[in-house]
Amino acid sequence: MDHLLSWMIFTPVAGMAAILCLPSRAHAPIKWTAAAATVPPLLLGVWLFVNFDRADPGFQFVEHYKWIPSYNIEYFLGVDGLSIAMVLLTALLSFLCIFASWGIEKGVKGYFALFLLLDAAMMGVFVALDFFLFYIFWEVMLLPMYFLIGIWGGPRREYAAIKFFLYTLLGSVLMLIVMLALYFSQTPHTFDMTKLMAAHGTYAYGLQVALWVALFIGFAIKIPAFPFHTWLPDAHVEAPTAISVILAGILLKMGAYGILRINYGILPEATADLAFYFLGALGAFNIVYGALCAMAQTDLKKLVAYSSISHMGYVMLGMASFTAIGIDGAVLQMFNHGTVTAMLFLLVGVIYDRAHHREIDGFGGLAAVMPVYTGVTALAFFAALGLPGLSAFVSEVLVLLGAWQKYPVLTAIGASAVVLTAGYLLWTMQRMFLGARNEKYAGLPEINGRELFTLAPLAAIVVVLGVYPQAMLDLMRASLHSINQMVQPYL
Amino acid sequence: MNLSNVDSLPHVLPELTLVATAIVVLVADLAVTRKHWLGDLALVGVAVSALLVAANAGGPSGWLFSQMIVHDPFAVFFKLLFALAAIAALWMSLGSREVEGVSQGEYYALLVAATLGMYLMAAAANLLMAYLALELVSLTSYVLTGFRRHDRRGGEAALKYLIYGGVASGMMIYGMSWIYGLTGTMDFIRISVSVLNGQHDRLTLFVALLLTLTGLGYKVAAVPFHMWVPDVYTGAPIPIAAFLSVASKAAGFALLLRFFYPGLSSLAADGTWAYVSGVDWPRLGLVLSMVTMTLGNLAALSQRNLKRLLAYSSIAHAGYMLMGFVVLSNDGIRAVLFYMAAYYIMNLGAFLVVMIVANATGSEDIEGYRGLAWRGGAVPAVAMTLFLFSLTGLPPLVGFIGKFYLFAAVVQQQLYLLAVVGVLNSVVSLYYYARVVRTMFLDFPVGDEARVRVGIHNGLLLWGLSVAAIVLGIYWAPLIALADRSAKFFMG
Repeated sequence: MDHLLSWMIFTPVAGMAAILCLPSRAHAPIKWTAAAATVPPLLLGVWLFVNFDRADPGFQFVEHYKWIPSYNIEYFLGVDGLSIAMVLLTALLSFLCIFASWGIEKGVKGYFALFLLLDAAMMGVFVALDFFLFYIFWEVMLLPMYFLIGIWGGPRREYAAIKFFLYTLLGSVLMLIVMLALYFSQTPHTFDMTKLMAAHGTYAYGLQVALWVALFIGFAIKIPAFPFHTWLPDAHVEAPTAISVILAGILLKMGAYGILRINYGILPEATADLAFYFLGALGAFNIVYGALCAMAQTDLKKLVAYSSISHMGYVMLGMASFTAIGIDGAVLQMFNHGTVTAMLFLLVGVIYDRAHHREIDGFGGLAAVMPVYTGVTALAFFAALGLPGLSAFVSEVLVLLGAWQKYPVLTAIGASAVVLTAGYLLWTMQRMFLGARNEKYAGLPEINGRELFTLAPLAAIVVVLGVYPQAMLDLMRASLHSINQMVQPYL
Repeated sequence: MNLSNVDSLPHVLPELTLVATAIVVLVADLAVTRKHWLGDLALVGVAVSALLVAANAGGPSGWLFSQMIVHDPFAVFFKLLFALAAIAALWMSLGSREVEGVSQGEYYALLVAATLGMYLMAAAANLLMAYLALELVSLTSYVLTGFRRHDRRGGEAALKYLIYGGVASGMMIYGMSWIYGLTGTMDFIRISVSVLNGQHDRLTLFVALLLTLTGLGYKVAAVPFHMWVPDVYTGAPIPIAAFLSVASKAAGFALLLRFFYPGLSSLAADGTWAYVSGVDWPRLGLVLSMVTMTLGNLAALSQRNLKRLLAYSSIAHAGYMLMGFVVLSNDGIRAVLFYMAAYYIMNLGAFLVVMIVANATGSEDIEGYRGLAWRGGAVPAVAMTLFLFSLTGLPPLVGFIGKFYLFAAVVQQQLYLLAVVGVLNSVVSLYYYARVVRTMFLDFPVGDEARVRVGIHNGLLLWGLSVAAIVLGIYWAPLIALADRSAKFFMG
């Protein structure tokens, strides 16, 4: 199939164009157009999954065209094992989130048009192999996100939206300087990431460290790593459900993706030296800190947001281990966290739509009122706390196994947070679903078919990958091994 | 090519067209009763002049009028930019409520005359010519700023403009006289030769350059010569504010580049320049650039009037453009030229939206934009968002590409500090630009605001600029090629 990746990026754009041509009152056609525009990327994603050559660590389905020849800027796309996991996640969550947004009533046309633009930009970030193109997609994502939070969000949406925007812009402009410095370091000048990776030994060490730190700040803001994380709870709490899902499910992964793709691939020497402090120690801290913050929350959505910070800590810790098993675990955790946290946010959205608040203590005995909802939530919670047999368990164990070989103390600290995670999630379950029934909510309607439709595929993935993680690991292993091999000589 | 006075005449047809246009408009004012014909007439005149510039663009470079002015790709680029800016300003004037009541003949004639002055500024190769051209632009601008005679803000603005401008131009001509005294010539190229070979006193030369820089810094609105900008932009009719912010600034940069590059540096074969005078003017420019962008952005943060906000933002943008000025390479000049073109699109666009909203509501305050998108103004609101995000430097808009080239030039010369200050400033600027966007989209109208309608006349320009902002943000190869070709001086 030719131009497969381009199709995955540009069908949503075409959908956006179609939506802009529809009259703004035609709510149903707009929603169905949006849904239709996210189906081709999903189908192509399945095709990609089937036809991806698992033995080849290099980039596949490559598209390579000149764009601005005088500056050597290219339209250059491709996927390897690292990006394919993220591409699949993006295609799946974008499709599901359209249905999670079905209840949007205000500014329908604008919402779905912006959503599709966001979808296209996210896809672009994961498949771009030209640094300039990567940067464009990275930035394009900010605009729709700003409006999606700012217009369709909760009461403090404006504050949350601008905070998100300023933080991420700060990170990305630092990336811009790095991009230019790398570009000029090569003769002939190039933005081609594969060439920049191939030339990794040629950068002066001092420059490497400076660039590495600048890049790290940019990516750490996205992950988000302490102390760059403060935008996240605000953005999550105010964003509409589907956008929270996208934020936690996909956007956070971009930070980790960028570190693996660019810091590891292009600046391996600095990576080898700095990973312990910036990724290992900070990752372990993130795990504990996020869990402690989550424990203190009374707002369910904030709790899930802080748990995201905690779970992304595993990704950082795994990456820092430089062991095959640790890095496999980190990327698998990126994927698993994407699905699990998407479920959690969707479930928060379900209850919020009904009760119009998210105070954990405001509920009680919901298990009797909404048994199906309770069941799905229990599955998601158990997945999040790392119950064996569910997907997140596998990735967390891999991370801890990998990290143990390098940093036993950090790993012990990180692993201890599993208890905290179990603590706050089980405690939340108990307060919301068990105990005495709160009569105020005795009449809450059960989760409906559309909501189940958005959750079922995720639940299936969580279970399947919990039992058979090999499906994802095979996909990524060869490429991650080659990324790891780039750093090994410098350790 | 070095032509005498009479031989030069065929090569200055665009300038002559402008002179004729200004005169015809003035005379026609006495004859016609339907005054908007005068605007159309001026529009046609400037358009013809632009076509003539374009037609002669490929011609051989050379000196005209015994080395008073120069014809080279650099001048052509700026002349086209000035012509386009004048066309946009005339177009906006024809659709502006503010300009309706004033005496049309003089207004349009002065606008054309200002354009003529800018043409000459971009082409000046001699201190005297440069000064005369600069004064022609300045004097016409003073009058145009205060054109709404019964408007107090307008009068105040014109007075401030005149006083500050007078001081700056006095300092400049004082500095120029020092340069003449030192080198014995007013010709840029001979000044260069003299500075390169002569044993001039460094300090004297430094003071002379500093004084000259004052006048030019004033024109481009660089700190600390920026004080007039907010008042003048606020007081002037919107089309004039737009014209000044784009064209007058560009004219200042044209002269700045021509004076400091061919005049005070030497060009190596590989396209890099080196300063020759012993005076490290790029370092001076570096400080000027950082201070200008930072101060402009910080001051813009607290503005409530959109014209004032755009005024401070234009100071900040002068700072960005100075980044390209200090780089001492053809890449730097090219980046400035590209940025000028990008700035034309986005800043004119922003002022156009201000005018459209002011036409409807009579308000220039950000408050007046509350819920603009939800009360009939979706098109101007979206367009304004494009222009403001483009000014911030977000892709895929032309402003990003402009900043990209500026930063690229700076990073290539390893001026990392300047690059970091520049990008941090972009983040600061996002805050106040986004505040306008927020007011238009995120706040909802309280109910008593006037609805906004975009007529066909203003709408055409608005669509044109919006489309240009996006298209040139995705495919800018032709524009950068043009800037590349134009970043070359004729040096004899």
